Amino acid sequence: MDFLVFQYPMITIQACLDGLLLGILFALIAYGMALQWGVMNIINIAQGDLVILGGYIAYFMYLYGIHPAWGVIVSPIIMYFVGIAIYKLVINKVVDRDLFISILATFGISILFMQLMNFAFGADVVLANSGYGTTMLFDNNVVLPNSKIFSAFISIVFAICLVVYMKRSKLGRAIRATAQNARAAKILGVDTEKVYAATFGINAALCGVAGALISITFTIHPYMGLPYTIRSFMIVIVAGLGNLPGVAMSGMGLGIFEEFADYILGTEFRIGSVFLLLVLILVYRRFKLSRKREYLK
Amino acid sequence: MNKNSWILYIGILVFGLVAPFIFPAFKVQLSILCVLIVLATTWNIQGGEMGYNTFGNILFYGLGMYLCASVQVGMFFPLAEWTESGGEKTFVHTPSQFFQGMAAGLVVAAVVPTIVAGLIGYAILGLRGHYFAICTLGLGVAAGEISGGIEIIGAGQGFTTPPFPNIGGLEARGEFFYFLSFGALVLTFIAVRAIYTTRFRLILNAIRDNEDKAEAMGIETMKYKIIGWMISAFFCGLAGGIMGGLVGYIDSTDVAFDGREMGVFMVLMAILGGKGTLWGPIIGATLFHFFKEGFWTFFLGWQYVALGVLIVVIVIYFPEGLMGWLREKYPERFGEVVDEADRKAQVELK
Repeated sequence: MDFLVFQYPMITIQACLDGLLLGILFALIAYGMALQWGVMNIINIAQGDLVILGGYIAYFMYLYGIHPAWGVIVSPIIMYFVGIAIYKLVINKVVDRDLFISILATFGISILFMQLMNFAFGADVVLANSGYGTTMLFDNNVVLPNSKIFSAFISIVFAICLVVYMKRSKLGRAIRATAQNARAAKILGVDTEKVYAATFGINAALCGVAGALISITFTIHPYMGLPYTIRSFMIVIVAGLGNLPGVAMSGMGLGIFEEFADYILGTEFRIGSVFLLLVLILVYRRFKLSRKREYLK
Repeated sequence: MNKNSWILYIGILVFGLVAPFIFPAFKVQLSILCVLIVLATTWNIQGGEMGYNTFGNILFYGLGMYLCASVQVGMFFPLAEWTESGGEKTFVHTPSQFFQGMAAGLVVAAVVPTIVAGLIGYAILGLRGHYFAICTLGLGVAAGEISGGIEIIGAGQGFTTPPFPNIGGLEARGEFFYFLSFGALVLTFIAVRAIYTTRFRLILNAIRDNEDKAEAMGIETMKYKIIGWMISAFFCGLAGGIMGGLVGYIDSTDVAFDGREMGVFMVLMAILGGKGTLWGPIIGATLFHFFKEGFWTFFLGWQYVALGVLIVVIVIYFPEGLMGWLREKYPERFGEVVDEADRKAQVELK
């Protein structure tokens, strides 16, 4: 444990930039979670495992000699169908049930995915090398891998595409209508079953993009899914459902928090501090609301 | 309590007392079963009776495990040197030291988590529904990650609990831990059964069914929620302390704060048996233990896959559990008066 952060200002800048670029990725995953939460009222614990699965798709492309950046296009397409399959098999039976049932069911899926990935890909920490090199800033004091910049850029592109799609397209309109009032949407002729399936598919596809980017920028491992779920959950409860700028902002905030926690507390407490932050945020909001005799809904 | 149930209780008690001598090869399995039943029953106070579905009871379980082992070692030897030597037995407990340490350790393991539950209860139990579930999930995982970074309790390399003193060998060790866990089970059962006959259970059920209304009726819901959680924590800590000694080795994320296994198991066992009943978690835990051992034996390597599928199947198809299913099938047995015409109409509807 050392406090280099306070002695060398360059490390502060480094941590902030790293955190920003990382946070944009988190925001992309959180956007998927906000989407399915808002539309289907489901909290998907397997979100992080979908991310890791997407990452392995990009990693395998890298192993077979294709540049992993193409994973950004291939992985969401495959993950979309994986998402639809999960929806048809499990999720459609828990959509209008108690939220806790959906949490437990997706927890089961999460354990299943973790172990299947462990069998299929092995328990090693892997990364897909993009060979993008690095950018030096401020007299070579701040090092930014180009892959991080690339991944942040791609995340923003995908997020903008999705927002435009949700605003303009017919399916996007149907999804938004279902989120507002599923019953009314059904009466007006929206096939909510299809909308749900598509929503879950889009969420899985977003996870696929994020996973491919993570496999380029960081590392992936079959058991690393749960922290991504918790991060996206945290971002969503801070920002609120359907508040996209809020999701982006709190995602970046979380990224910066994590980088500083890493520098100040040490890497072994990094994941622990994320989970602790979740507890603290929930408790803070609970006390704030209880002054008005309300609670988080 | 009528005559039949007395016979049942005494029968189970006698069976529990002679079981290790009838099945000497399964002593460890039976002890684990006792611990699992304690965990499922106490989860049920929270999740079944109070409607606060928690993933966080693993926090008290792990805390109890670490505390019991630390006290048992720390009473006689320097703790830091013990964990640093990591399994190298430089210090040896004499029998009397071992049992004294275990007794003191179990008391601490039960009391401290209860206090912790009381302290954090006010903050955490104000959350409701899925926020509570996710928050407690976060608490459990955070505790695992953080305890994995603390040097004095072994950090990443784990903590070897004191070995059983050299009297009577493996047989004596098995019997000791079996009777310890069976004692904990009997204690839990008596306590929970006593609680369930009082007004306290009705209050918990009122909180589950409609918390706002319960509050409007003049019940101080927060007080009762905290008491309920403290009762859970007491028995979870005790179970953790026993389990630590039984396993003989504590790892932060794989044994103590094992949210991926034990944390989900306790929820699953209670749901499988039927939450909100006295016997449901006990039957659920027994069935689940059979399933689990079957998976671990026959699908070795694939056990987590089988487990994941089992979770999904139980949650989707048996959310009411075994007792719920029985209740629907034979309502008379549960003291419900059923109108014959009404039942026929329901059957036709189906």
